[in-house]
Amino acid sequence: MSKVIPLAQAVRDNLNDGDTVAFEGFTHLIPHAAAHEAIRQGKKDLTLIRMTPDIVYDQMIGMGLAKKVIFSYAGNPGVGLLRRMRDAIENGYPREIETVEHSHAAMANAYEAGAAGMPSAFFRGYKGADLPKVNPEIRFVTCPFSGEELAAVPAHRPDVTFIHAQKANKKGDVLIEGIVGVQKEAALAAKRVVVTVEEIVEDFEGLHPNLTILPNWTITAISIVKGGAHPSYTHGYYDRDNAAYLEWDKVSADRELFTQWMRTNVLEATPDIFAERIKGLQA
Amino acid sequence: MTDFTPNEMMTIAASRALTSKDVCFVGIGAPSAACNVARLTHAPDITLIYESGTIGTAPDVLPLSIGDGELCETAVTTVAVPEMFRYWLQGGRITVGFLGAAQIDRFGNINTTVIGDYHNPKVRLPGGGGAPEIATSCGEIYITLKQAKRSMVEKIDFFTSFGHGEGGDHRERLGIKTKGPTKLITDLALWEPDPVTKEFTVVSLHPGVTRDMVQETCGWTVKFADDLKETPAPTADELKTLRDLNERTQRAHHGKAA
Repeated sequence: MSKVIPLAQAVRDNLNDGDTVAFEGFTHLIPHAAAHEAIRQGKKDLTLIRMTPDIVYDQMIGMGLAKKVIFSYAGNPGVGLLRRMRDAIENGYPREIETVEHSHAAMANAYEAGAAGMPSAFFRGYKGADLPKVNPEIRFVTCPFSGEELAAVPAHRPDVTFIHAQKANKKGDVLIEGIVGVQKEAALAAKRVVVTVEEIVEDFEGLHPNLTILPNWTITAISIVKGGAHPSYTHGYYDRDNAAYLEWDKVSADRELFTQWMRTNVLEATPDIFAERIKGLQA
Repeated sequence: MTDFTPNEMMTIAASRALTSKDVCFVGIGAPSAACNVARLTHAPDITLIYESGTIGTAPDVLPLSIGDGELCETAVTTVAVPEMFRYWLQGGRITVGFLGAAQIDRFGNINTTVIGDYHNPKVRLPGGGGAPEIATSCGEIYITLKQAKRSMVEKIDFFTSFGHGEGGDHRERLGIKTKGPTKLITDLALWEPDPVTKEFTVVSLHPGVTRDMVQETCGWTVKFADDLKETPAPTADELKTLRDLNERTQRAHHGKAA
């Protein structure tokens, strides 16, 4: 159980200035509490990888943590645009960021290649699209067997991946269920893996044998943060706070309001506050 | 006959394009409403797939995001995102991709990436997400959007996903084996590509819509089919299904705020 440590320590020990880092979770299980801790600790010059930057990277970019973002869909899902990320791209506020843009298929393939220990990924993609013209990391190769032209992108190899999961057992094995997204691949592609969980249980006795489980020896640190995905959700524990996603559109639209919101809700808060935020969203 | 809005007509006309036999990759927003109205009316056995990995999903309310929990709870199965894109989409299992668009041209090429120059954008839009590969790997593509001069343009600023390119056999020349955009459903009309040039042509006007109305809200010179039809008005059942769905959705997404 030595891997179970407070979130502040897990972030301090595993995330360094200048690191390439993925906070993954495909709409579900987004590790918001871990990201807020990184913001509180004032991490700098990060290269952020995430398929959908979402609110979680909008906050990190808005607070100036990112120097580069590798992504495939920079929207507030179902609501609209990511206004802090836009401000950084369009106006260099609060700092200029470099962007490396892909499609979802490319990002998913790049994580899978990272997990598989491959230097790059090959897939049928980007035909006729303009992204290869603006992203030099998208190239094309010819299949040596069929002659078909295929897209190639470099594998993702984060220094550290942060994910949120339902639970760990006493041995430190981690269970993920519901929309499993790309977390297993993002975790296995990384040098270090930090997982926040809703709870720790004795064992996984009686659960279905094919559930997604990351064995304890693939994980660097575990922190218990109840509600740690909010306003994203944890299947079986609490629902997505869709109203908070709608509200974010207003908060992020104004630099002043954003700064104030981040001060009250992140800088002056602690991880315990997430348990409060999910009240009323539990089944 | 009940009154209906152009938006309702668009969603219902789009829903009619789908059948129970389809396996449909659903884009969020307008496509999601159309796909679920189809499922709740004439196409109960349609397989709806969202890019979050949920296959055969049947949500009671429209998801706000492509990964809302209800999509997983009501799905036949939920797979990882790499599997979704590799086995199911790239593997050729999906018959229809249903996309929205910020900007579209007459050949069904879509831009959801930037307005202006990519490196110095006037407006940075969300980007492609799954669309670049949906556009080339699904059997065919349906597109739905509201008509406006700023969204239906002579030339799009960025090719996020490829439609018919410059028209004609451009897809074949790039080695793309799927059909590409075969239907465009707007709030005013149904459009289909000309069999040879692949330029989208108006084949049916929604009730009460004139040719002028279509032209005034489109940035290119519109071609109309010789045998131009009128889209049947929404039935009472279609309208009730859509309105009930929207009402349930509205309640679900706004009701839980602390």
